[in-house]
Amino acid sequence: MRHLDEYRDPALLRALERELAALRPAPVNLMEVCGTHTMAAARFGLRQALPEGVELLSGPGCPVCVTPTREVDRFLAAGAAPGTILATFGDMLRVPGSRSNLERERARGADVRVLYSAADAVALARSRPERQVIFFAVGFETTAPTVAMTLLEADAGGVGNFSILCAHRIVPPALKALVLAGEVNVGGFILPGHVSTIIGSRPYEFLAREHRMPCVIAGFEPTDLLRAVLMLLRQRAEQRPQVEIEYSRVVKPGGNERAQAVMERVFEVCDAEWRGLGMIAGSGLRLREEFRRFDAASRFGLLAPDTQDPPECRCGEVLRGVVRPTDCTLFGNACTPEHPVGPCMVSTEGTCAAYYKYRPSPDG
Amino acid sequence: MNDETILLSHGAGGERMARLIEEVFVAAFDNPTLRELGDSAVAPIEAGRLAFTTDAFVITPIFFPGGDIGHLSVCGTVNDLAAAGARPLHLSAAFIIEEGLPLADLKRVVASMKAAADEARASVIAGDTKVVPHGAADKMFITTSGVGVVPEGVDISPARARVGDAVLINGFIGDHGLAVLCAREGIELETPLRSDSAPLAGLVARVIEAAPETHCLRDPTRGGVAAALNEIAERSGACIELEETALPVREAARGACEILGLDPLHVANEGKMLVIVPEAQADAALAAMRRGRYGEGAARIGQVVEGPAGRVQLRTVLGTRRIVDRPVGEPMPRIC
Repeated sequence: MRHLDEYRDPALLRALERELAALRPAPVNLMEVCGTHTMAAARFGLRQALPEGVELLSGPGCPVCVTPTREVDRFLAAGAAPGTILATFGDMLRVPGSRSNLERERARGADVRVLYSAADAVALARSRPERQVIFFAVGFETTAPTVAMTLLEADAGGVGNFSILCAHRIVPPALKALVLAGEVNVGGFILPGHVSTIIGSRPYEFLAREHRMPCVIAGFEPTDLLRAVLMLLRQRAEQRPQVEIEYSRVVKPGGNERAQAVMERVFEVCDAEWRGLGMIAGSGLRLREEFRRFDAASRFGLLAPDTQDPPECRCGEVLRGVVRPTDCTLFGNACTPEHPVGPCMVSTEGTCAAYYKYRPSPDG
Repeated sequence: MNDETILLSHGAGGERMARLIEEVFVAAFDNPTLRELGDSAVAPIEAGRLAFTTDAFVITPIFFPGGDIGHLSVCGTVNDLAAAGARPLHLSAAFIIEEGLPLADLKRVVASMKAAADEARASVIAGDTKVVPHGAADKMFITTSGVGVVPEGVDISPARARVGDAVLINGFIGDHGLAVLCAREGIELETPLRSDSAPLAGLVARVIEAAPETHCLRDPTRGGVAAALNEIAERSGACIELEETALPVREAARGACEILGLDPLHVANEGKMLVIVPEAQADAALAAMRRGRYGEGAARIGQVVEGPAGRVQLRTVLGTRRIVDRPVGEPMPRIC
């Protein structure tokens, strides 16, 4: 973190903006598929700094937001059993289930703990052997390896009162589904920096090879994002779609092989439901047979009948990049961070929350 | 007094309680008014308008790098008085203590309160203690109230920001909230952060002397600079514009915010004062802050501009402008 200023250097930023303008790009929609990018772009006012006609759409990059209501309902159902401790990342606290959310259930007496990692949940389970601790395992390839590592440790330590509700998702199959659906006209992807730290650049190569889609893996600073846009526009101008790494100070083409191995050891790929995108083949992770006893859903038979998404909420379309948050009639009216209707307004990485929290100053 | 931990009987009104009051509170806060131990403390006040404030303090952990709940409970109330332009005079302190609290912890907290009060030239002249069963409180809660006097001619209010005013702050933002979050969650930073908890009565007195036209003062505690400025913008019907490049944020704090997905503008401070002052007196106010303790990092961070009433906006490093909202709920680290 010693060098943050160099990525926010005004002179460098001006130079990048001049380069962008000099390209005189044709109108194009670029999509960032990472909630942290969505947040950073909004926070730095990136959209307003791009050349006319270059639009930035937000994709399904917020793990909390893509978690379907059904999973939230199942987690809430788990809390009904006496003696259960529900352990979750803070982001999930206010995500609406069909009829309630974790924050409300906590106020009604459910034992809901906000933790910062799965390891904290295992520590909690060890300290309360008479209780069952269920951890809501949400997140992409960034989070899954740490959960896998924690499970291996819990397994080795014989921690019997710990389990996870596994709602992990993996990113590349969702991008494939987006491209195949052809619903939005995307001319290039800004690929996630954190996820790619783990998986590297290779799992995205089909996008360039088979779908001629320009792709750039980007960091999170203003210069990273401007440079990533520049690289995408150059790929387009030169008609050479490929997966480039802008965030090369962190991301390597092969990713983090140790993390991949741990993930592979504990999880296997499965079909999974995404909010807004529906079932996507090979886009989820589930526990392998030998770790299945850590699976809360099967251990406690967690069901979620009668799941209902919030009516009128357009989070699904927002996650596909079909509409912008501001196109939703609820946005900023019935749906605000204070009173979120859908998950995209709740999560700190949510597209609606980013648009709301960091909305441009109208006459700026 | 050899008891090592606080027991329920310490709050029961008997001999134990009398000794606790005498040997911990009166001994530490030592002043003639408190020593009277009357049902009410009776003390003289000087001429002027009375400022009166109260605040409850609940924090986990009660000891954190750079401070503790005691220091915080005095600084919070002293700073609220100072933000009204008042000179803090007298404080009261009510303690709700969970049984089992080590007596040494209580003494340490009380000593911090005394130190902060001394520095602000205020005295704790009244108090109350309750002890509750294990689990009914988290170690200890402290409520402090304070009175102070606003000198003649001083007119400071969050409703007085005017177009052209400069927005100043006395130093780095976000340290307190991040230090406490890291201490609570066991997050280790390369460069540890310390709470900025500090009594700012002296700093405010210097500012008012150097810049008597000062319009608004506000200590940006919970909700951070964003919440405090939104309140001023609303109350004044003004539009405040911040310069992102001018915001004083320590490298360690900025790094922690990046990792945790927090905005430094939303993180709590306990030793900061926002000062809104006519441009003509801005340099004098800045110089006054820098002249003494707690003002070394003072900076001009923005100004009141023509624009929609009640809005706070930020000119980003990219030169674009975005709205700065109040934060919603507790700061939550991100997961992706």
